[in-house]
Amino acid sequence: MAEEKFDACVVGAGPAGIAAALTLARGGADVIVLERGSAPGTKNVMGGILYRKMLQDLVPDFWKEAPIERPIAEEQAWLTSGENVVKLGFRSEAFAKEPYNSFSVLRARFDPWFAQQAEKAGAMLINETTVLDVIKEDGQVVGVRTDRKEGDVYADVVIAGDGAISWLSKKAGLQPDRPFPAEHLVVGCKEVIELPREVIEQRFNLKDNAGMSIELFGDVLRGNAGYAFLYTNKESLSLGLGVMLNDLMRTKQKPYELLDVLKAHPAVAPLIKDGEVREYAAKMIPEGGYPALPHLYGPGILVAGDAAMMTNAAHREGSNLAMEAGKLAGRAVLEAKARRDFSAASLARYEKLLEQSFVLKDLRRYRKLPHFIARSGEMLTVYPAMANMLAERFLTVSGMPKGEEQLAMLKEMLRMRPLPRLIGDTWRALRAML
Amino acid sequence: MKADEKVTVEEKLGLVRFKHGKESHLSVIAEDVCVRCEGKWCTTICPAHVYEWSPEQNKVIVNWENCLETGACITGCPYANIQFQYPKGGKGVEFRYG
Repeated sequence: MAEEKFDACVVGAGPAGIAAALTLARGGADVIVLERGSAPGTKNVMGGILYRKMLQDLVPDFWKEAPIERPIAEEQAWLTSGENVVKLGFRSEAFAKEPYNSFSVLRARFDPWFAQQAEKAGAMLINETTVLDVIKEDGQVVGVRTDRKEGDVYADVVIAGDGAISWLSKKAGLQPDRPFPAEHLVVGCKEVIELPREVIEQRFNLKDNAGMSIELFGDVLRGNAGYAFLYTNKESLSLGLGVMLNDLMRTKQKPYELLDVLKAHPAVAPLIKDGEVREYAAKMIPEGGYPALPHLYGPGILVAGDAAMMTNAAHREGSNLAMEAGKLAGRAVLEAKARRDFSAASLARYEKLLEQSFVLKDLRRYRKLPHFIARSGEMLTVYPAMANMLAERFLTVSGMPKGEEQLAMLKEMLRMRPLPRLIGDTWRALRAML
Repeated sequence: MKADEKVTVEEKLGLVRFKHGKESHLSVIAEDVCVRCEGKWCTTICPAHVYEWSPEQNKVIVNWENCLETGACITGCPYANIQFQYPKGGKGVEFRYG
């Protein structure tokens, strides 16, 4: 495809790939980005909340020009049980002001802008190009084979940012060449529902383009471990859910039917009423965490983002880890370039940089969490139900003396979860997160 | 399509833009494996309902034109009996919101 040899070839124009390309181009490297979609973002889906910090490091004050939807000023967690909901929330005026904390985004709009930043810095973006394999010489990755005519691309380093399935890291031998186990994956689906701006602001009590995020737990997911979400965009809502694939296989429920259950919930239905569905989308999220991480580098190759299982489910983080990892991959390649050494030993610098950053520190801290969620998914139903039971009984004036009522609440609690299990759950939950 | 309308996933997929090539990027490797498969999980886990069991034809029908390219099928088939490749560059699903 191109006669010249590049310093780096980035596969996938998502958050990881573009962050890498941007860093490399700014550092004076010749970088080519290969994207299989007709434009960046056309294959990409997230809920989605984008955190400010990591992108700001790359593009200061990006929110002034980037196609973000709304800065998130209020976050709620809804614990559902049947038709009931216990709502927890946090609203911050500071989150509604610059520099903001996070934003709702629609990836098909955001990604082209982000890719443009890399192009402006000098990266070459080639769309409509599916990468088929790595090209190796004496064990060293020296480029990639694409589906274009004469489509071999040579580079000193290949950066695989090719998403959750990541054929490339498998073909390069960074992880076993077989599908991930179902307990490492979440299947997500969502709808984008259009509503007039003022209707959204009225329904969610918002002003000045501030936004709200709601995560829903419990019954509404019909026993599947995971959570649902409702995010406000400028003139639409993103409503969807993500559940563990192993649970979906066990319960044999269909993702889109769960989405219909969510839409019909009496606390959700009035919020989307009269909305016009504009798109249905789906995505797989790799949530195997630290124990499931692939090798992050090899001779002539690095892997970042979803392709490297870089998500933190407990904190709803993913694209920010991808951006940080992409940036560090770019930095490691620039250093390798200065040394003229692209061996695995030289590129090991990438892992060192990741270890010093929050990316690997957080993944390591939460290393027990994916296993915990995969094994204890029922807790995600039991505890929201308990919270609703307690709230309902606390708030109902039944004529029963309060002392008796409290005893009954305690008994009911222990019926829902016997004491040894209560203690065990708490212990394991703390151990998984601390 | 109104948000509170009861619609099938196929109708929802009608809202999605696709640019299809001529050939399927998905296939079932050995149809007899599906006949013996006790769970037929591909027919329930795929968020685009690409896989459908046909009792008349005694095989899994692959509606590859609906594929949203999540890859759930390859992980969810316990017999590794599904061949999935990304569509050719520029083909396949094309999200407008994402």
